[in-house]
Amino acid sequence: MLKYLLEKEFKQFKRNPFLPRMVIMFPMMVLLIFPLVANFEVKNVNLSVIDHDKSSYSRSLLQKVKASGYFKITAVSDNYKEALEYIESDKSDVILEIPPNFERNLVREMKADLMISANAVNGNKGGLGTAYLVNIVMDFNENIRAELTKNVDKLKVPFLDIIPSYRYNPSLLYEVYMVPALMVMVLAMICGFLPALNIVSEKENGTIEQMNVTPVNKFTFILAKLIPYWIIGYVVLTICIGITYFVWDIVPAGFLGTLYLFVTIFILAISGFGLVISNYAITVQQAMFMMFFFILTFIFMSGLYTPVENMPDWAQMLSNFSPLKYIIQVLRMVFLKGSSFNELIPQFIALMSFAIFFNSWAIYSYRKSS
Amino acid sequence: MIMLLAFPIIMIILFGFGITTEINNSKFAIYDPSKDIATQNIITKLETSEYFSLEEALEDPHQIESIFKEGKVGLMVVFGENFYENLIHTGEAQILLIADGTDPNTASTLTTYASRIIGMYQQELLDIENIPFQIKTEVKLLYNPTMKSAYNIVPGVMGMVLMLICALMTSVSIAREKELGTMEVILVSPMPPLLIVLSKVVPYFTISLVNFTNVLLIAIFLLKVPINGSIFSLYFVSIIFIFVALALGLLISSVTDRQLVALLVSAMGLMMPVVMLSGLMFPIENMPIILQGIAQIIPAKWYIVATRDIMIKGLGLMDVIKEISVLSLMAVVLIAASLKKFKIRLE
Repeated sequence: MLKYLLEKEFKQFKRNPFLPRMVIMFPMMVLLIFPLVANFEVKNVNLSVIDHDKSSYSRSLLQKVKASGYFKITAVSDNYKEALEYIESDKSDVILEIPPNFERNLVREMKADLMISANAVNGNKGGLGTAYLVNIVMDFNENIRAELTKNVDKLKVPFLDIIPSYRYNPSLLYEVYMVPALMVMVLAMICGFLPALNIVSEKENGTIEQMNVTPVNKFTFILAKLIPYWIIGYVVLTICIGITYFVWDIVPAGFLGTLYLFVTIFILAISGFGLVISNYAITVQQAMFMMFFFILTFIFMSGLYTPVENMPDWAQMLSNFSPLKYIIQVLRMVFLKGSSFNELIPQFIALMSFAIFFNSWAIYSYRKSS
Repeated sequence: MIMLLAFPIIMIILFGFGITTEINNSKFAIYDPSKDIATQNIITKLETSEYFSLEEALEDPHQIESIFKEGKVGLMVVFGENFYENLIHTGEAQILLIADGTDPNTASTLTTYASRIIGMYQQELLDIENIPFQIKTEVKLLYNPTMKSAYNIVPGVMGMVLMLICALMTSVSIAREKELGTMEVILVSPMPPLLIVLSKVVPYFTISLVNFTNVLLIAIFLLKVPINGSIFSLYFVSIIFIFVALALGLLISSVTDRQLVALLVSAMGLMMPVVMLSGLMFPIENMPIILQGIAQIIPAKWYIVATRDIMIKGLGLMDVIKEISVLSLMAVVLIAASLKKFKIRLE
């Protein structure tokens, strides 16, 4: 029985030429382009400079800022108002104002001021941009002080040497972080959307009635709907891993088998969810809109783009109900930290429960007679 | 119908609160063999800041590895031995900051903030010891002094919601009529095609305006995002953007005649670029040049820039004239193209 049902599913799948093409193209597109885009890194901060002093110190400070690699001096203005206009038109992000007599004050009065104003509409960029700039100024200050006090008696200045280092991803490559998560997104989109549209489009076309009058039981029917997406999911995952390896040069630190095991359960869970939606929706339009909403929510609440720990408490609670959260954790841990199955047991239980819950619900909510 | 009105509201709440790059009370651990006045002082400074909260004080450096594997902390602060003595006498003491690099953005943000806080301690020492030749920096954060992510995200989510409702719904609804055959009935009636299109578009236009108002109210009262510019300019820009989105929807529906295809084209062809390339979350200037070029033709990009300027920076219509003209141009081109493509006869 199952064999014929599967044959039917694959025929339906192939009949729409768009679907097989999408299954191949979509993961490729996402994994080739998105890692280039999904990047919060703060670099190339555009700096607008107001140098009232024009002394050798102010010039060497600017030289230092330029040499840091974080900043690009895009404008030199005469007054604050002009510099602000650059900020307003997004031509620069940070203003550095060097007041008149900067050098003289520093040497004679032994202290001087600097003004930094940042565009903080993007709080992350504004905050980090100023932090970088302040660090550069502190460093500059240290050098100047060393230079000025060299001739005077030896002066002991307490100096803190801060050495940052990064575990698991020492050069802080963003792709390494994004690629495993993007795989999950692709899987969720394909293995979630297609089943969601499946039963409901049969409903709309009227072909479901023919299924209902056959003696096929609910369990076999749902199983026949699920198996094709399993296979599609494997194809998608294999394409993804291929691109990760050949294009991004990322080799999973953990065992590939663990990866496939978890993805198998995840596909089961998300396809089951799609079928639940499909059972309840009356029109394709409804199904798709519901799916859009849930998938987007799942994705944004899963920690794919922004870490879950940054969210407010209620949102963190909510994120526990997103199956994507667990599979993303698994993929990142396997890819980056090389975690083994034993360390992933909580995620295994969570994903398993999602899979069982959604699929039982899908079988339960499927009605053969209206 | 309820979905159409409820979804944007839920989306703005979820995303407005959920998409945040702010660092709040991030957990850190310390390894402090010195336990002297300087290290205590730095730890208290870190702990009392809004960015960090102390999770654990390790006694054994071997635990560092396992604490990262468990993913309990994002940052580890390791002090050297005889910290204070070194600091005062030799003038040099070492602090090692180890961050969990699995999330590069959080890792670099954490180390930068921690360095700044430690730097503040050093500044205090300098003040106490009265060290000469100091440069004092005064920092001013414009427009968003508390660095809230919502200021950046809300205009983006507005663009996304409008795009979703207008383009997606129009394209699917026309494709649906074609699939069900009801389109034929309308087409054989003596109505001019322009009127048919118009009658398809007007309901969605109205819904979009209602949605926009809802989203705006939530942004102001729940997410506490200010509107520094004029409401009138905001609506003006939004209406142009809605036109663009509707025209896109029409265009998609006229080249496809299956719901599923219309849906997938708008989902993959519209939603993804809007989320990824419009600058909603990821800064456009970080992208490779080719993708920056592609970003220029995405209507939502221009809309988001314009709304940020008006809402957050409080600029007037004249300052966003460039964005407005680009959007208007897009609207005209897209409407013309979709009218031309709109087939009066079915094959």
